[in-house]
Parts: sequence; C-alpha cells; structure tokens
Amino acid sequence: MNSEEIYSLLEPIIKNYLPEDVSPKQINRSSDLTRELNINSAHLVDIILDIEDVFNIEFKNEDMENLRNVNDAILLIQKKATI
Amino acid sequence: MKKRVVITGLGVVSPNGVGIPKFTEAIKNGVSGIQFLPKLRDLNFSCQLGATPTISEEKKRDYLSELQLRNFNSSGILYGIIAGMDAFKDAELEPAKNDEEPLWDLGIIFGSGTSGVEKFREAIYKIDDKNVRRLGSNSVAQTMTSGVSAYLGGLIGAGNMVTANSSACATGTEALLMGYEHIANGKATYMLCGSTSDQGPYIWGGFDAMKVTTYKYNDSPEKVAGPMSADASGFVPGSGAGAYLLESLESAQKRGATIYAEILGGAINNGGQRGGGSMTAPNSLAIQKCITSALKNANISASEIDYINGHLTATIKDPEEIENWCIALNRKGADFPYINSLKGMVGHCLAASGSIEIVSAILQLYEGFIFPNTNCENLHPKIASLVSQEKISMKTLKNPLQTIVKASFGFGDVNACAIFKKI
Repeated sequence: MNSEEIYSLLEPIIKNYLPEDVSPKQINRSSDLTRELNINSAHLVDIILDIEDVFNIEFKNEDMENLRNVNDAILLIQKKATI
Repeated sequence: MKKRVVITGLGVVSPNGVGIPKFTEAIKNGVSGIQFLPKLRDLNFSCQLGATPTISEEKKRDYLSELQLRNFNSSGILYGIIAGMDAFKDAELEPAKNDEEPLWDLGIIFGSGTSGVEKFREAIYKIDDKNVRRLGSNSVAQTMTSGVSAYLGGLIGAGNMVTANSSACATGTEALLMGYEHIANGKATYMLCGSTSDQGPYIWGGFDAMKVTTYKYNDSPEKVAGPMSADASGFVPGSGAGAYLLESLESAQKRGATIYAEILGGAINNGGQRGGGSMTAPNSLAIQKCITSALKNANISASEIDYINGHLTATIKDPEEIENWCIALNRKGADFPYINSLKGMVGHCLAASGSIEIVSAILQLYEGFIFPNTNCENLHPKIASLVSQEKISMKTLKNPLQTIVKASFGFGDVNACAIFKKI
C-alpha cells in the first residue's frame, strides 16, 4: 500500500478526533497531532485502535512512542502492513 | 450569618417525561413511565417491568459532540448530563468561554449509586479476553462515580468544588443539602446538584435477586399497585436523573432570576444499623430524628408543612414510613399534610429517585398543585388508620402550597430530609 492510499484511509480517522474549532482542512502530512491539530492526547490511543481496525495490524507500546504527526503514522502503518 | 439559598433552575430526565415541560404535564396527568421490558423476560428476571427515559439520537447531539458520543455507553452519565445542562440553562447562566477563566463561584455535586455499568461490562469482557489495550481512552470517564460532574464541569467550565456523592437512594436529596450548605456557608454562589441512575438489567439485577421488586404485574404494567396500596408487592426499578441549580438569594435577586423555591434547610443522618435498622432496613427512630432535625434546622414548626413528598417505594415499609411521619410531625388523620409518591409513575429510580422526586416536589410548590397517587385506591389499612384518605389523593389537586418537605431513605440506613418554601 503506497503512502497516498494510506493517507486517504488515515485522514477520515483523524478527522473524528479533531476538536470542534479545528477544521479538517488543517490536516496535512506534517501536522503534529496534539500540538497543531490540538487533538486531546488521551485520544491518541483511540486513533491507534482505529488504525489497527482499518489496516488490520497491531501496534506495540514502543510503536506509539514514535507517533507525533501524520507522516509518523503513515511510516508506522507501512512498516506493519505487509501487503 | 448563613446565606439564604434558592433554586433558580430545574432539569429532569424521567421515565415519564424528559425536560421540565413534558415532565410537568406527565405528573399532572398521572402518566406512567412503567413498561414491560422483553429484555428482562429473556434474562429470567422476576420483575420484567422497568422505567427508562426515552432519549433520541438527535437529542443526545444537542448536549454532546460526535467525538464525545464515540463509543459512549453509559446511560446514567447521559441522563445526568442532560438534566444538569437543562437546569443550568433554565437558570439562564452561561458557560465559561473556552479562552476565559472557569466560573470560580459555580460548583457541582452530582451523585450516583454506581455509574456506567454498561460501559463497565464492555470493559470487563475485553479485559477477561486479554484485550485490555482495546479499552480505548473513554473507559475511565464513563465508569467513574464522578462521571456526570466531570462531564458537566467541562461543558460549563465550573471552577468551584466539582464532586459526586453517593448514599444509595438518598443520593439526590443529600446532593441538594450538600450544595445548600456550601452556598449557605458562603463558599460558592451557584451549585449545580442532582443525581443519576443507569437503566437496565445490570443495575437492577441485584434488587431482583433480593425480591424487593414486584413479580405480579408483568402482564399488566398499567396496573402495578402503587406506593401506600394494600396490594403493593415491591417496586418497579426505574432510571433517569434530576438536577437543580442552587443559588444564593442575594445573587438570584440581583440578576432577576426566576426563583422556584427557597431551601429552608434540612438534615442528613444515619440509623447506625441499630434499633431495627440494617443494611437494607431503616431505623425508625433515625427517620423521625432526621425529620425533626430538618424542621429545627429550617426553623419552622411541623404545623407549617402543607405537603410531603414521600420516599414511599411500594414495599412493606410504606406503612412504617407513614407512621414515622405521623410521630415526627405529631400530626395524623385529617390534620396530616397532603402526601404522595412519584414512584407510582416512574418506579424507584434508585440513586436518581431523590433528585427526580425533588424536581416533582418543587414543580408542585411553584405551580400550586399536587399530583395524583397511582394505583392506590385500595389504601393499606394501617395507613388508612393513620391518615385521612383525602390527604392521599388519586386525582390532581390545585393547592397553593407554601411549605413542603421531601425525605429520602436508602441502603446503609441513610436518611435525608429537605424543606422548601415558596418565595
């Protein structure tokens, strides 16, 4: 799966967790999830679970430590998804 | 010098009406929220009746965002949020803006018995399945006892004490009195108080097992013998939430708020599980003492009481409660105040009973009516020997009530009694 395909599946997941005053248009590959998009850090675990469901993969605790922005998520998914 | 405290906002999520206008209409007309619930039959409950408020998906979205509603599965917290926000809006107060400081003078005391059992069940299944990591971020907020007050605190931006109390079926009345004390002692200007109870088999099961619910009316929910009836054979479990915005009289007058009633005072005590009291039964002496202490605290005499909103559950304890009122007030027969119980219409809403019933009591005081007792034509003989039948009306009465009393009793031998006056 190329990064375009991953991004198109990832964006709608992230959209669900945006605070009401942040527009989905602000999401881009370099967006820092908590600092720029203002997503409550507690929701990072929910984003991870949604990603696991959509991509049929499973993350380890260490994987989550490296998750800061959208690109980090894409790289992680590429690493885990073998197909 | 203690500050005078009044009620300037009401909210309710009741099995027979959600929101103050619908609920007022329902209690005036004796509308029941008790239903046969097929799910309880399928689960082999003895009592297959229950009372739950109806809340549409659309209604939920008036109070919570899509994000807050993701994986949301706690009926009690939902009821509490709706009742609490309605009371807050009814008082015409505004939440703190996101970029402003919190409302330092506004606190919250919102109690429950146990909170979020449906969510807790979901979590337990995942944990036992070795899948604790799949709980997500919202399991704690939706199962903690302080769930309602925490959600409300965020929605409003409350900056004073935000907490939750728990005293079984006295929770709602206790929350009111705790909020009252807080304002009376000058520690806050506004206190949003109330209580909630989840709906469904996981919260009701324990009561079914104790045989304190009725198994006799599964085929005829409209006929369930009500509180004070000779045929009363146990309660119907209910659910919902009630809420009240308490405010100092000074502040309410200054901003020209609608004042529903003044809280004159009250009392909270415990029977110590002595003298006939136990985990599940009340010590009568403690109940009498709670009522007389409330009168003393409110600085009124028993003869001033026009109306009693009873705890009266439709169990064998009803005659005992009436006797305790007679002794504590030293009034009986035709001299006894009017009395009714909301439980005939909405069942026993457990931790939410006190708050939903207080809302019903305040509405009667404010509008000047007394709602009908349900299915109580055949009055219990012991009650009939203590109180004139005309004081236990089956019809709605118009009455310019001035001073009223509400009491709630609960497991753990807890008692709470509050006194209100029209202003």
